[in-house]
Amino acid sequence: MLESILLTIATAATPLLLAALGELVVERSGVLNLGVEGMMIMGAVGGFAGMILTGNPFIGVLVGVALGVALSLLFGFLVLTLATNQYATGLALTIFGLGLSGLLGESFIGRSSVRMPVLNIPGLSDLPVIGRLLFGQDIIFYLSILIVIGVTWFLFSTRQGLKLRAIGDNPQSAHALGIKVLRYRYLAVMFGGACAGLAGAHLSLVYTPQWTENMTAGRGWIALALVVFASWRPFRVLAGAYFFGAVSIGQLHAQALGLGIPSQLLSALPYLATILVLVIISQNRRLTLINTPASLGKSFVPDR
Amino acid sequence: MRLELIKRGNPSQVLRFLSPLIGLALAILTGAIMFAVLGKNPFQALYVYFVEPLTELWSVHELLIKAAPLILMGAGLSVCYLSNNWNIGAEGQFIMGALAGSIFPVLFTDVQGFFVLPLMLGFAIIGGALWALIPALLKARFNTNEILVSLMLVYVAELILDYLVRGPWRNPQGMNFPESVRFPSFARIPELMPVDGRANWGIVIAILVAIGIWVMLSRTLKGFEIKVLGSSPRAGKFAGFDAKKMVFFAFLLAGGCAGLAGIIEVAGASAQLRPTISPGYGFAAIIVAFLGRLNPLGVIVAGLVLALTYLGGEAAQITLGLSDKVARVFQGALLLYILACDTLIHYRIRFVRTPKAVGSAADA
Repeated sequence: MLESILLTIATAATPLLLAALGELVVERSGVLNLGVEGMMIMGAVGGFAGMILTGNPFIGVLVGVALGVALSLLFGFLVLTLATNQYATGLALTIFGLGLSGLLGESFIGRSSVRMPVLNIPGLSDLPVIGRLLFGQDIIFYLSILIVIGVTWFLFSTRQGLKLRAIGDNPQSAHALGIKVLRYRYLAVMFGGACAGLAGAHLSLVYTPQWTENMTAGRGWIALALVVFASWRPFRVLAGAYFFGAVSIGQLHAQALGLGIPSQLLSALPYLATILVLVIISQNRRLTLINTPASLGKSFVPDR
Repeated sequence: MRLELIKRGNPSQVLRFLSPLIGLALAILTGAIMFAVLGKNPFQALYVYFVEPLTELWSVHELLIKAAPLILMGAGLSVCYLSNNWNIGAEGQFIMGALAGSIFPVLFTDVQGFFVLPLMLGFAIIGGALWALIPALLKARFNTNEILVSLMLVYVAELILDYLVRGPWRNPQGMNFPESVRFPSFARIPELMPVDGRANWGIVIAILVAIGIWVMLSRTLKGFEIKVLGSSPRAGKFAGFDAKKMVFFAFLLAGGCAGLAGIIEVAGASAQLRPTISPGYGFAAIIVAFLGRLNPLGVIVAGLVLALTYLGGEAAQITLGLSDKVARVFQGALLLYILACDTLIHYRIRFVRTPKAVGSAADA
């Protein structure tokens, strides 16, 4: 029982974790992409369509990632090359992605998919309670953990990571030092798109192996909140994602038990928890001020 | 080849006016390509989409029904965006306004008379404003991100509506359909010209409110304060304007408008509450605000344009068998194009041939 609950929590947390990690890197470069929800839903429809058309869930994952990156490039072209308002452009991307995914996915409604195969790590996956949780999962789960470690290492232990953070804090100075601000930001935005696409593919291939319209149900926005909640630190994103995974699984179990609480109230819990957590975090001005990338949301046009 | 932005000495007023038109033209072109890809004759599809709805009187009435909530919310959101308050939860404020206004026809069925409708409108404004007060309060008090809070509250409002129409507010004689009772005629917004179509006084209210907000923005000190605090918070502070009070003002105004839009929708065309009362009007209103240049008079035109995309979407679904999702793709693409074109207001675009050997010039 405990093992299966832990497994479902991990499954619910993985898409949040992936999308939030991608957005964390984007925001560290000083760009705010409010289009996570749109890129994620495109990843979901792409993942599902790729799997149905080829029968291979791994190709589905690749298609999902590719669509996430494609949308992020559209965003990048607008906010980086054309220096448009980042808030409005991100919103537009979400509206566009939700619409386009609905159109593309129409013929896939009601079809069921091949679930992603589980990769058991011999020996370790038979451990009691945590065995299947840590060593008997699908490949996207392992990837999500690797990305947490990789992003931490990149941001805080490499020269490029330092440059990326410098760009996020002060692109003018970074530019004056000869750092290619827009190139870094483009790569960061694309990484964000890839992660959001992967998160979406996980939703439609692992979490609920089917396609339904608007199936992301605000997860992209919760991922954005997670980045704030984690004060732009990857391991705190990991903790936050699993906390939200636990909340959403907890409310599903409570609904199944039928405690006489309206199911809609329970369904609202993840959203209410997001608001509550945001309030608690943002009250701590010192924490947010120190960690918020100083140029977040501001356009940068290099002078020549 | 690379794009380079060169700052203009002064923002181009011509392009400020032309940009949404160019954006609209590009979106229509994209639409034509999309129709061709979907295997339809693009010219016929464009005609069905954008022209045919305007050729018949009943259909123009439907256009006005759809435009009313879009104009109301777009005008309110303009004030938010001008003052740099990113309220993206108009959809939730719309629903809460509709619920607050529906209390009378659904719960207090004994209360009857001509005064019920004004009460409903008043309650709806308060309901929408209160829902918008939450992100405003959290932003002003705790510095909480208003984008995320206002959006999360959309999902919560949708769930509250769902709970009410399936539970306590369900019509007892409704054969278990998740619907409220149908509103009696005194709780309905009267139709303008019942002979020709269903359009009601909602569109008149919407246009009057938009004009009122335009007067406030362009002719009063408050309007000046909104723009100063939005474009330069520091300057606003020196002028003695209170940024926190502005947060409340902008959110309450936009929330009130959205609430009013909500009751106009349910007490107008639909006459009852259902699990879904808005086809995404609250999000389309964001596009309306930007297409209308954050100017309430522009918003009136933009609201009609977006209403046409909804109506055209329905028409194309019926006559051509096109998916109704096409409308949403079109709306999203439209906003992306407008934002891209807006760059031209402040910048000139130069195409630069990327030099091969000279490193420094190629640096991005």
